[in-house]
Amino acid sequence: MGRTLSEADSKQLLRQHGVPVLDERVATDPDDAARQADEIGYPVVAKLLGDAIAHKTERGLVRLGLVDADAVRGAASELLAAATPEDGEVSVLVAPMVKGNRELIAGLSDDPQFGMTVMLGVGGILAEAVADVAFRLVPITRTDAEEMIDDLATQKLFGSFRGEPAVDRERLVDVLVGLSDAVDANPEIASADLNPLIVVEGVPVAVDALVELRG
Amino acid sequence: MKRENFQALFDPKGIIVAGASTHPGKFGFVALHNILASGYAGKMFATNLEGTPVLGIDTVADIDELPSGEADLVFVCTPAGANVELLRKCAAKGVRAAFITSAGYGEAGPKGIDAQNELVRLAEELGILLAGPNGQGVISTPARMCAQIVAPYPPAGRIAIASQSGNFVSSFMNYATHYGVGVSRAVSAGNAAAVTVPDYLDFYADDPETSVGLAYVEGVPDGRAFFERIRSVAERMPLVLVKGGASAVGARAAASHTGSLATDDRVFDGACRQAGVVRAPTIEEAYEAAATFATQPLPRGPNVCVVTTAGGWGVVTADAISRARGLELMPMPDDLRAALDEHLPPRWSRNNPIDLAGGETKDTIPAILELVARHPSVDSVVLLGMGIQGNQGRMEKEGPFYPEHGLERIVAYHERQDRRFAETAAAISSEVGKPVLMATELSIADPANPAVQACRESGKLCYASANRAVTALAHLWSYARHRQRRGLD
Repeated sequence: MGRTLSEADSKQLLRQHGVPVLDERVATDPDDAARQADEIGYPVVAKLLGDAIAHKTERGLVRLGLVDADAVRGAASELLAAATPEDGEVSVLVAPMVKGNRELIAGLSDDPQFGMTVMLGVGGILAEAVADVAFRLVPITRTDAEEMIDDLATQKLFGSFRGEPAVDRERLVDVLVGLSDAVDANPEIASADLNPLIVVEGVPVAVDALVELRG
Repeated sequence: MKRENFQALFDPKGIIVAGASTHPGKFGFVALHNILASGYAGKMFATNLEGTPVLGIDTVADIDELPSGEADLVFVCTPAGANVELLRKCAAKGVRAAFITSAGYGEAGPKGIDAQNELVRLAEELGILLAGPNGQGVISTPARMCAQIVAPYPPAGRIAIASQSGNFVSSFMNYATHYGVGVSRAVSAGNAAAVTVPDYLDFYADDPETSVGLAYVEGVPDGRAFFERIRSVAERMPLVLVKGGASAVGARAAASHTGSLATDDRVFDGACRQAGVVRAPTIEEAYEAAATFATQPLPRGPNVCVVTTAGGWGVVTADAISRARGLELMPMPDDLRAALDEHLPPRWSRNNPIDLAGGETKDTIPAILELVARHPSVDSVVLLGMGIQGNQGRMEKEGPFYPEHGLERIVAYHERQDRRFAETAAAISSEVGKPVLMATELSIADPANPAVQACRESGKLCYASANRAVTALAHLWSYARHRQRRGLD
């Protein structure tokens, strides 16, 4: 087993390769979290951050829709208090609360026979059941990435949808090529998950990211 | 392996059948029989422990007794235990390729694996191409060679086959025999101990006798290397591939069949898309795709125009085109509609599909095919409803009134017309460089139908349904688009 990077470090790594991530801040204490939230603008999300923390939602370590500084301060205190000794060093991640009806997933995984692959799929709670995903082998070109989008069966998701504009395919291609480039530049990457990749006003944004390095 | 070794396998100047048998139930008999029956014109030699002639060929008990430099391929039907010495002696006589049918190797447990490894090392040392072991044989129509322990010997053509399963070589060639779109080379890779399916494909890609590759694989032990090889092949020629073990259940079956591990099928699928390899889910679809690559030009765009003599066929074909990813049922251009109006009564569909609605006279169909195929917006044409006249002609010919009542003359007219339609379709396709696919179930219901016959004689595949024609066309377009998008043309 390799080691996982914290959400902030994961995003930092992928951002360098053009993967769009939210304007997020790392806060060390509740007052710091409130200050950062003021700068970002409300509403915000707060999450407990640490290298060893992978399943934030399951552990209740994500607070959504925080509308003012008091709410942020309160949430940050609770999150820090919920940390266990196994979590190691922790902090609080403050991020803008984004909204979009469409969720995608993208990532990197190591196939036993084909090596590193880039993946794009339809996200959301039904993702596993729907299993609408496309893979390519790293490295990919922009053309490969465009064809991955075409390969998904749920094409209606990429047009105008429930009052939201069509998905900006070029930006989605940036995400996929960025993932591929990240592996080229950092061969120690064993896997990456962008889940969810929320489509905000047509633009895919990685709301959560997890990168695993080879041990 | 060097090209000259592959040349020895597929275009040998002489063949030795090792282990030729007088017993018609043995592989050593069947192999010699099939080589002679297919009309192989090179030199033939055979070994047999007793030195008895087989099928009129004198045999020798020992390779040592054969002349040097006369044979460059040995077809091995001897037991595994005899093969090390055999290969050494063959190499000394100038043999450059060996096809090993013998079992008892990699498929037969640890001892077999050891024997196989030894054979591979030896072949390498001797500079011999080692095909198999445990394979069914090799076909090469330019050499009129059917060095196989199973039927059939297919018609000559431009499809080259490589398969991890020998029986699928036969299946592909049975389709080739039925539909008439033939084969250049075919090989069953057997255990693929030394030469693998991608190795054969790599040879085919530069083979002047071949224009499309057709492959069946199960396991892909080194996926990354496999990917790089098939990508290089697909850059040089279209490659149609079937992978067994695509489902979880199929994957378990494949593991016990070839001992290979299965990967996530969606990864394999993505790798094929990335490499520009056409992946077909079934043997039948794969053959038809390959036959289409072998006999039709690549479309330059997605626009399909359907020409039909009856409405229902056109409607169902329109559905098939809309389901096929990438293809477009193009809207009818105004200038084409106006041009067609000149030839058809007002009740025609005036749209795509072009339903002639029974409004055709003697020269209508050729005239319309010309107009449609030449129109700059049309990238490919599907032609439906051919063979109807010949089918009625057949009923009249076989009925109680023939040849009286003017039947002889009308039947001959029907047959002429049907032939003419199919011939026009083929001719206009070559002339304008666009695919024109003809589909009718008569292709299987009555292969003697004049339209079906003429289509076959023109070298094209007569598709058994419009759906199948559209599926094949979608494969052609996906390959053409892959090349266009990557600047490969």
